[in-house]
Amino acid sequence: MKLTVWTYEGPPHVGAMRVATGMTDLHYVLHAPQGDTYADLLFTMIERRDHRPPVTYTTFQARDLGADTANLFKTAAQDAYDRFKPQAIIVGASCTAELIQDDPGGMAETMGLPVPTIPLELPSYQRKENFGADETFFQIVKTLAKPMARTKQITANLIGPTALGFRHRDDIQEVTALLSDMGISINVVAPMTSSPADIARMGAAHFNVLMYPETAESAARWMERELDQPYTKTVPIGVGATRDFIAEVAAISGNEAYLDTSRLRLPWYSKSVDSTYLTGKRVFLFGDGTHVLAAARIASDEMGFEVVGMGCYNREMARPVRAKAKEMGLTATITDDYLEVERVIEALQPEMILGTQMERHIGKRLGIPCAVISAPVHVQDFPARYSPQMGIEGANVIFDTWVHPLVMGLEEHLLHMFREDFEFHDAAGPSHHGGHKPATSVDGGPAPQPAASPGGLSGEMKNGSVIWLADAEKELKKIPFFVRGKARRNTEVFAAERGVAEISVDTLYEAKAHYAR
Amino acid sequence: MTELPRLPTSGGCRETPILKQRGQREVFCGLTGIIWLHRKMQDAFFLVIGSRTCAHLLQSAAGVMIFAEPRFGTAILEETDLAGLADAQDELDKVVDELLTRRPDIKQLFLVGSCPSEVIKLDLAKAAERMTQRHAPSVRVLNFSGSGIETTFTQGEDACLASMVPVLPETDDRQLLLVGALPDVVEEQAIGLLEAMGIGPIKVLPAPRADADLGVGKNTVYALTQPFLGDTHDALTRRGARHLPAPFPFGEEGTTQWLAAIASEFGVAPDLFEQVTAAPRARARKAIAQAAEALNGKSIFFFPDSQLEIPLARFLTRECGMEAIEVGAPFIHKGLVGPDLDLLATGPTISEGQDVDLQLDRAKAAKPDLTVCGLGLANPLEAEGLATKWAIELVFTPVHFYEQAGDLAGLFSRPIRRAALLKLEAAE
Repeated sequence: MKLTVWTYEGPPHVGAMRVATGMTDLHYVLHAPQGDTYADLLFTMIERRDHRPPVTYTTFQARDLGADTANLFKTAAQDAYDRFKPQAIIVGASCTAELIQDDPGGMAETMGLPVPTIPLELPSYQRKENFGADETFFQIVKTLAKPMARTKQITANLIGPTALGFRHRDDIQEVTALLSDMGISINVVAPMTSSPADIARMGAAHFNVLMYPETAESAARWMERELDQPYTKTVPIGVGATRDFIAEVAAISGNEAYLDTSRLRLPWYSKSVDSTYLTGKRVFLFGDGTHVLAAARIASDEMGFEVVGMGCYNREMARPVRAKAKEMGLTATITDDYLEVERVIEALQPEMILGTQMERHIGKRLGIPCAVISAPVHVQDFPARYSPQMGIEGANVIFDTWVHPLVMGLEEHLLHMFREDFEFHDAAGPSHHGGHKPATSVDGGPAPQPAASPGGLSGEMKNGSVIWLADAEKELKKIPFFVRGKARRNTEVFAAERGVAEISVDTLYEAKAHYAR
Repeated sequence: MTELPRLPTSGGCRETPILKQRGQREVFCGLTGIIWLHRKMQDAFFLVIGSRTCAHLLQSAAGVMIFAEPRFGTAILEETDLAGLADAQDELDKVVDELLTRRPDIKQLFLVGSCPSEVIKLDLAKAAERMTQRHAPSVRVLNFSGSGIETTFTQGEDACLASMVPVLPETDDRQLLLVGALPDVVEEQAIGLLEAMGIGPIKVLPAPRADADLGVGKNTVYALTQPFLGDTHDALTRRGARHLPAPFPFGEEGTTQWLAAIASEFGVAPDLFEQVTAAPRARARKAIAQAAEALNGKSIFFFPDSQLEIPLARFLTRECGMEAIEVGAPFIHKGLVGPDLDLLATGPTISEGQDVDLQLDRAKAAKPDLTVCGLGLANPLEAEGLATKWAIELVFTPVHFYEQAGDLAGLFSRPIRRAALLKLEAAE
C-alpha cells in the first residue's frame, strides 16, 4: 500500500484507451465497474474531443458479483460489435474486474465475432498508463501487421502518437514535413489516425520513426525483428536532436540529409543580446523520460541554462535518464512520488522548473516559475493553435514556452529599480503568478503551508543551527525574487561550510563574493 | 401558504411508470463526493483505499490542479496487499500513521472503500474501530464506501454523512437539523431565513469541524437539502429523528414549500412566514423571470447524474416554462423526491439507471433544446448540435434557496443564449 496525493500516470487500461481513442474503427470492450467511465472525460473535456472514446464498459455492480459478470461481459461485447461494427476489438479488464477473474480475453475468443479480437493483459496492480499504451499498441501490431512487399518509393511509419498525448497531434505534422523534405512519404501513422486496416499494411514501410518510446517501443522492436523494419532512436525535439534525427533518417533510408532551417529561430534568439540574462539559469527538469532527455540537451546546449536536477516518473526510462544525469554531473530523481519530487525541488531552489502539470503546481506553491514540457497535462496544454515540440517549429515553440516565465522575471528585475513605488513593492508578487502571491491557494481556501522551517531556511538546513539575522534577512529581500532563492541557498551553504551559526549582512556579501564568477 | 399561480400539475408523476434499463452508465462513482466534502469539513481527511484508477479518477475529477495539497489521498493497493487480508490491515495502519504524522491538523479521518477494496472484502469498519482507539481522542476514524459497484456520484456524500450519524451524541433537545453539504453562503442564507421566523436551535450535518456541538435524538426534526441523502435519512430515522418531507429548495416555489414544511412543524404564524419570505420571494421571481426568457418553451432532456434531476425538472417546467422530454436519475427514492414528483406534470419519460447508448438514441431522436449530462457526454453531444449543460456544475455551484434561484435558471439559459450568440457558420 502506498500513500498518494497526485499521480503522474493513470492505470494501464487508460493507456489502452489512449491507443483506442487515437485510432478509428477499433473498439475497446472493458470489463469495469460503472465509476471507471470517468476516463471518458479525459478525452472529451481535457483533450476537447468531439467524440466519445470508442470504449464499451460492462458496468458491473455489487449485486452482479455473486451472479453472472461473465455473461454481462459477453452481452456488452456483442452489443458493442452490433452497434459500432469495428474492424477489430480489443478486450481487457480494469483493476476491479481483474480481481474477479472473468478472463475477458478468453470469453471474447469463444464468442466467434467476425473481426479480430485482441485480448490485453494489463496488470493493474503492477503497471501504469504508459505500459498500458505500449503493450496495447504492441498487441494490436503483433496481431494485425504482416510482412509484405515494400512501397516502391521510400516510406516510413510514424509510431507512438496517441490520444491525450502531449502535442502529439502537432508533432505528427512536423515530422511528416521533415521527412517529406527528404523525399520520404508516410505509410501509416499509428496508433493515432490509423484504423486496424492501416495497421495491417504497416509492413509496407521501409522503416519506422519511433516518436515516443513510452508508447511504441515494444511495437518498434517487434517490427524490427519480424518485419525487418529498422527504427529511429533519436527523438527530434530541439535543434541538435532534429539535426541528429535527419542524419539518422538519411543513414537508414539512403536519402540525402536535408533540413530546411529557414523558419528556425531558436539559435538566433538564444544568441540575441537580451538572452544574455538567461545565462546559467538554474533549471530543474521532470516529466516522462523522452521529454526530459530532450529538455536536458536543449536546456544546456541551446539555452545556456544550468541543469541543477532532473528525473522522470516512468521507470521504463530510468536507465537513459540516469545516464544523461550522470553525464551532467547530477543524480537523477526517478520516482512517481509527487511529494518526493517536491522535496527535491524545495532543496534545490531552481530558478525555473520544466516539468508536468504536477510540477507547475509545486512551482506555484514554492513561488518558482514553471513551463510544462511533458504529460500529465491539463486542458490548457491542448491549445487550438499549432504548437508542436518536434522539429524546427517545435524548437521555436520550446524557446518561447521556456523563456516566457523568465522574461516575466526580467520584467520584474527592471521594475525592481522602482521598488519603492507603491505599485511595485515586494509583496505585490511577480506578475507571472497570475496576481496570486506564492502559497496562496486559488480557490480562496486556506493554503497548505510548506513544513515550518526556522527563519525560512531551505530544506537541507532545517536541522542545522544557521540563523538569519534580521538585517541580513532584510538585505536578502532587496535581491530580485528570481535570484533570491539561489542567494539564500548559496549563503547558507557558505555559512554551513565555515561553521558560521548566524548569517549577517557581511556573511551574505562574503558568500556573494565567494560565488561570484 | 403557497398561493402561487402555477401550471396545473395534471396529476403529477409520482405514479408514472419508471423506465428501467440496464447497461453502460456514464456517471461518476461515489468517490467524487470527496471533492466537495473535503472543502466543507475543514478538519477532515478522506483516504481512499483503492487502486491507481481511484487516484487517477480523483485528480481528473478535481480538475487535476485545483489544490496544492488536497485533504484527500489514496492508499494504492498493490499486489502484496491482494495476497492476504491481514497484510492489508497492517499496511493500512502504516499509511494512516504516515498520514497523521504529516497532517497533525486532521481531526476526522474517513477510510473510504472503493471497488477493489470491496471486492477483496477489506474490512474497513474493523480498521476504523482499531484506529479510533489508537488515535483517540485527537482523531476520530470513520469509514464508508464510495465504490462504483455500490454508489454513483452524489451517493458518496450520502454514504459519508450516513457514516457520521451513528457516532453523533444523543440529545433530547428539540432542534432542527439541516442535512446536506451546501456552500457556506447558501447555508447561512437558509439559517438566516429560518431564524428570522424564530426557529431554533438549528444544527447542520455535516458540521464544518468535528468538535461542533452536534447531537441527535427523538426530539430532532430534520430537513434534507439534497435529494440524494437516502441512507442518511434512514440512519437519522434509526436515531429517532423525524423527517420533514417537502419539495427540495430549488427555485422560488421549491424554497417556499421547503421552508413552509419546517415553519409548519415549528408553528410559525402565516403572517410571520409571509413577512420573512415576501422580499426574497419577489427577488427570486424577478431573477428567474429574467433568466427564464431564454428557457420558455424550450425542451430539456436529463441524463442521470446527480439525482437532482427530478427537483430540477420540477423547477424548470413550472417556473421557467420548459418542457421536459426525459428525466433520468441514477436512483429514484420516492420517499425523498415524492413531493417533487407530485408537482411535476405528467408527460416526460421518467427513467432510472441507464443504458447510455439507448438513452443517447432517444436524446438524438428527440433533439431537445438543452441536454443535461455528465462531462463524458457533453462535448460529443455539442458536436452533434445539441446544447448541453454539465450536470456536475449543479453540485458545485450555489443553486439552493431564493437568492440563487436566478443563478440556477441562468445555468440552464447560458448554453442556449450562447448557441444563439455564436455566428460561426461563416467559419465552418
